[in-house]
Amino acid sequence: MHPSAATELLHHTLGFLPSPVFAVTLILLKIGLIVLPLMGAVAYLTLVERKIIGYMQVRLGPNRVTFFGIKILGGFGQPIADALKLLTKEIIVPTGASTFLFLVAPIVALVPALAAWAVVPFGGELVLSNINAGLLYVLALTSLGVYGIIIAGWASNSKYAFLGAMRSAAQIVSYEIAMGFALVGVLIASHSLNLGQIVEAQRGNVFTWFWLPLFPLFLIYFISGVAETNRAPFDVSEGESEIVAGFHVEYAGMGFALFFLAEYANMILISALTSVMFFGGWMSPLPASLAITPVIGTLLGDGIHWFVFKIFFFLFCFLWFRATFPRYRYDQIMRLGWKVFLPITIVWLVVVATLVILRVPPWFNAT
Amino acid sequence: MNAVVSYLKSLTLIELVKGMGLTGRYLFARKITVQYPEEKTPQSPRFRGLHALRRYPNGEERCIACKLCEAVCPALAITIESEPRADGTRRTTRYDIDLSKCIFCGFCEESCPVDSIVETRHFEYHGEQRSDLIMTKEKLLANGDRFEAQIAADRAAEARYR
Repeated sequence: MHPSAATELLHHTLGFLPSPVFAVTLILLKIGLIVLPLMGAVAYLTLVERKIIGYMQVRLGPNRVTFFGIKILGGFGQPIADALKLLTKEIIVPTGASTFLFLVAPIVALVPALAAWAVVPFGGELVLSNINAGLLYVLALTSLGVYGIIIAGWASNSKYAFLGAMRSAAQIVSYEIAMGFALVGVLIASHSLNLGQIVEAQRGNVFTWFWLPLFPLFLIYFISGVAETNRAPFDVSEGESEIVAGFHVEYAGMGFALFFLAEYANMILISALTSVMFFGGWMSPLPASLAITPVIGTLLGDGIHWFVFKIFFFLFCFLWFRATFPRYRYDQIMRLGWKVFLPITIVWLVVVATLVILRVPPWFNAT
Repeated sequence: MNAVVSYLKSLTLIELVKGMGLTGRYLFARKITVQYPEEKTPQSPRFRGLHALRRYPNGEERCIACKLCEAVCPALAITIESEPRADGTRRTTRYDIDLSKCIFCGFCEESCPVDSIVETRHFEYHGEQRSDLIMTKEKLLANGDRFEAQIAADRAAEARYR
């Protein structure tokens, strides 16, 4: 259904409410529409991860927990079973921990990962909040997530948690810079901070999407994104072979589950942002003329399904990295962030800026 | 020159892409998982599982209480007490194997001069208390009666190597 048509329908059914209440209800409904599928996606991403990594290691992955004993659904019940297990476990607060901070940290980690979705455009008009400073908002919120990790490490009063938090803090601060600079490139090429307009600026074909004109920046953004979410090969803050489980060593039950949710929600967010900023968001890679074919035309044309498909592709890359690469040594991570990514982004920024000033087509889009 | 090549190599991430190509191929490789309760891996006739005491075809127990197995057992898991029986032969009155000590090395089986103590292919057993894992003479003889066909077949298959 078209979004404005849905709003129309709501006006008819809930029109008796006073208008401020109605506006709030509408926003809450939209938030629900974003957050609930996101939570489902997070739950099933854990299954997809275990399956794909299992397949890459020539084994099958979880395939026992089914629904109603239907064999073909083998493994589909696994996330539900995991969630129920974590929900029913005891929440343990260590003796020396700072209770308030210890309990607040998982929430601080999860909230920014969800809040950032407010500005992500799912389609031409499908966006919760179409603000002009969308990119800044996203940058601010993705940086906030690290506070959850730092607070968790500090409040646990455990040396392993503390080490993990310190590693994570230094790593995220380092990669934030390269990430921010990569986004400045997008900003220069699209002349906008509004995520919807950034997508519109990429209109054309697959080769006018920013991944090609800004190729080094795309690579650096995505790799920094992997580092930012503390995923393999940059998962030194967990480092199970060195510091047990890093910042969430002392967490059990729901606290641990929230950190887990935050990590996966962040992965989905980074994938979504990469597809918005470098892969044309909801745009179809096929020529626009195909969109008028009968029956399957809507599938071939622009739409949210392409956005979801692109998100899934980048999520697959996250899992692929994890199945392939061993963990970086800590000094190598710092070297990569400061001595490789930062110079490359700065050089490429100068190149992009020059090309835009000279009005060279793929970089400078006249429209 | 070498430095330049290695610099270009690391800049183009060529080795990382190669690694991802490898894992990408394995994504589609045939999976080697054996789904245990339904599928099982083949066993050797030399498999060392649950212990058993055998009998001769006429029903007489083989064990002559020589205590070689007790002596050779590296984990000290075997306890034997013996007494002359009414017919004058020496027999065990107690033959205990503590499975919570046993390391399944098979020395008892090898040391036995009369092929009495053997390790069967049976490995899917459990105990709910520690005392369940102490195999008494009765339990071991019962095991022997239960698996005799398999044990005899395995001994026959292995005869020419012993």
